[in-house]
Amino acid sequence: MTKLALILGGTSDISIALAKDLLVQGYSILLAGRNTEALNSIAADLEIRFDGSVRAIGFDATDYLNHRTFIEGLPSMPELTIAVFGYLGDQEKAQSDWQECERILDTNYKGAVSILNIVAKTYEDQKRGTIVGISSVAGERGRQSNYFYGSAKAGFTAYLSGLRNRLFKSGVNVLTVKPGFVDTKMTANMDLPGPLTATPEKVSKSIIKAIRKNKSTIYTLSIWRLIMYIIKTIPEFIFKRLKL
Amino acid sequence: MLKKISKIVSNWGNYPKVKSEIYTTSENMGLRDLLKNSDDQLIARGMGRCYGDSALSKNIVSTLAINKFVSFDKTEGVLTCEGGVTFDEVLKVVVPCGYFLPVSPGTKFVSVGGAIASDVHGKNHHIDGSFSSHVLSLKIVLANGNCVSCSREENSDLFLATCGGMGLTGIITEATFRLKKIESAYIRQKQIKARHLDELLDLFEKHKNATYSVAWVDCLATGNSFGRGILMLGEHARASMLTNKQKKNRLKVHSKPKLNIPFNFPSFVLNTWSIRLFNFFFYGKNLKKIMKGNVHYEGFFYPLDNIHNWNRMYGKPGFLQYQFVIPLAQKQVLREIMLLIAKNKKGSFLSVLKIFGQQKDLMSFPMEGYTLSLDFPNTPTIHKFLEELDQLVLKAGGRIYLTKDARMSAETFRASYPNSEEFKSIITKYNHSFKFQSEQSKRLSILN
Repeated sequence: MTKLALILGGTSDISIALAKDLLVQGYSILLAGRNTEALNSIAADLEIRFDGSVRAIGFDATDYLNHRTFIEGLPSMPELTIAVFGYLGDQEKAQSDWQECERILDTNYKGAVSILNIVAKTYEDQKRGTIVGISSVAGERGRQSNYFYGSAKAGFTAYLSGLRNRLFKSGVNVLTVKPGFVDTKMTANMDLPGPLTATPEKVSKSIIKAIRKNKSTIYTLSIWRLIMYIIKTIPEFIFKRLKL
Repeated sequence: MLKKISKIVSNWGNYPKVKSEIYTTSENMGLRDLLKNSDDQLIARGMGRCYGDSALSKNIVSTLAINKFVSFDKTEGVLTCEGGVTFDEVLKVVVPCGYFLPVSPGTKFVSVGGAIASDVHGKNHHIDGSFSSHVLSLKIVLANGNCVSCSREENSDLFLATCGGMGLTGIITEATFRLKKIESAYIRQKQIKARHLDELLDLFEKHKNATYSVAWVDCLATGNSFGRGILMLGEHARASMLTNKQKKNRLKVHSKPKLNIPFNFPSFVLNTWSIRLFNFFFYGKNLKKIMKGNVHYEGFFYPLDNIHNWNRMYGKPGFLQYQFVIPLAQKQVLREIMLLIAKNKKGSFLSVLKIFGQQKDLMSFPMEGYTLSLDFPNTPTIHKFLEELDQLVLKAGGRIYLTKDARMSAETFRASYPNSEEFKSIITKYNHSFKFQSEQSKRLSILN
């Protein structure tokens, strides 16, 4: 029987890169996301290129009430679930616009927690499975340029670490991924520093490797571990004066 | 999501270079919005494998992210994909299923959209025609952002103007085309040496039923060896013709390029003497008059794809590729042109001769006759020399391949592409603002 992977956040560049790598490894893919029309064309493309099975499924991270139905409606329970979805949002707008602010918090934190709760329970019961959450280095310390996104991701990181702790005894691994800057649609209009920026393909490769090695937390580019260590150790009385 | 970068861009010949804004989007909607909201003139660009200024403009829309496969009917051998999918990607998908491109140029690093806009031809033109004759339908995004389907039955004028239309009708976002069934990824190849031009042309005539035929010509040879060359013939090998080793993986896909030219060579590297030396060895390497064997399609169709960035051998000034076609009855003009090249020592590394079959499309380059393509280093004197050749080509009733051109005059274009007025009137109907313009279309006043 072929292995099945569920990728939540289907039209993102990281999702597509992951789907490609998993197809090569012989997985069948369930690509879940809101834009089913775009998902269907991505699924068709991947099926033709990799001669594998890719199915597009509608999924809305903030439609919490339907998350259980979504999981129960899957053709069969995937042994690998990857939560890729996220919403960067507009920090400045969110400072005065609750709707924007709430959307950032809902998508990145509540949405992820809601769907992974259900997946976690199933994996715990069947005593196997792997959960991967794409969090962010932005969650390591709040900075004025993106602390809504950052704080939601901080919550998500803490959630994943707790989940990992709970599921360890059931033999279920939970992997937290902190990609750093990634050259994707989400960052298309940002001027990113080349050496600190990973491609979606690189992110995917690092995740595949970490899954195989049963890792807990990874930074896609190891330079980010150092950068975040420095950022975290700056004393608050200095940090609060910085323009970060 | 729309991405925009500013960059100095040139195509494969590295001449000319233009400072451009390049827009990239992976979504059809993004593309349509861009066209709706902008009045700038622009041109689509895929892999940039045209040689001159066909895909150059101050504003470029890169189609490389519009690159999804849409459907693949493995029973009928029909593929639908987006315009930015490359022949390289198509081969990776279709070869393992026993199919091949119906027509392929000498590189697989072209996009499907570019291949249609250039209406590319291959070594089988005399049998199978050009690429567009295998295209069943297209989707094109017009200047107003509307997406229109077209085929020989539906909006046929738009379809015919788009095949070979150099991107001036719009952006090809999707194409459906027929594939060729193959039993193996190997080509049964036969190489025949010809001591001079007459023998070479006789060989072409004798082997006109071969599926693939093309000749390499030594353009610097003079006297008795004038026009000597090697005729290369090929047929798709049937499974039963393969060696045991080949049989194990008879539908083997090509591999990645092995060599890379990492930087521009100094321009003196390619001179008459180094080209003469190359030609000497190229001709001399075939010890026997006739050589036969099975070769993988990669080696037969795409020998230069193995050297990544081979265009850098011509150095920073780049090079000009000159490909013309003249009718069969004008054999003496072919001779005249080749003599002129040999006499002026304007040697070309790879001079490729082929005989086209019939084709009478609106703007496509091929016509029944001799086609010769030559690479010349871009030196100050070459432009004047090529103008001389233009006159000979015009006199013979021939024409120059737009995809390779970077320099001909508007007069030469008008005199050699007889349907250019009709072409313009079709574009007027679909894009009356002439939003799609390249440096080439302006230079040649195609839409003026």
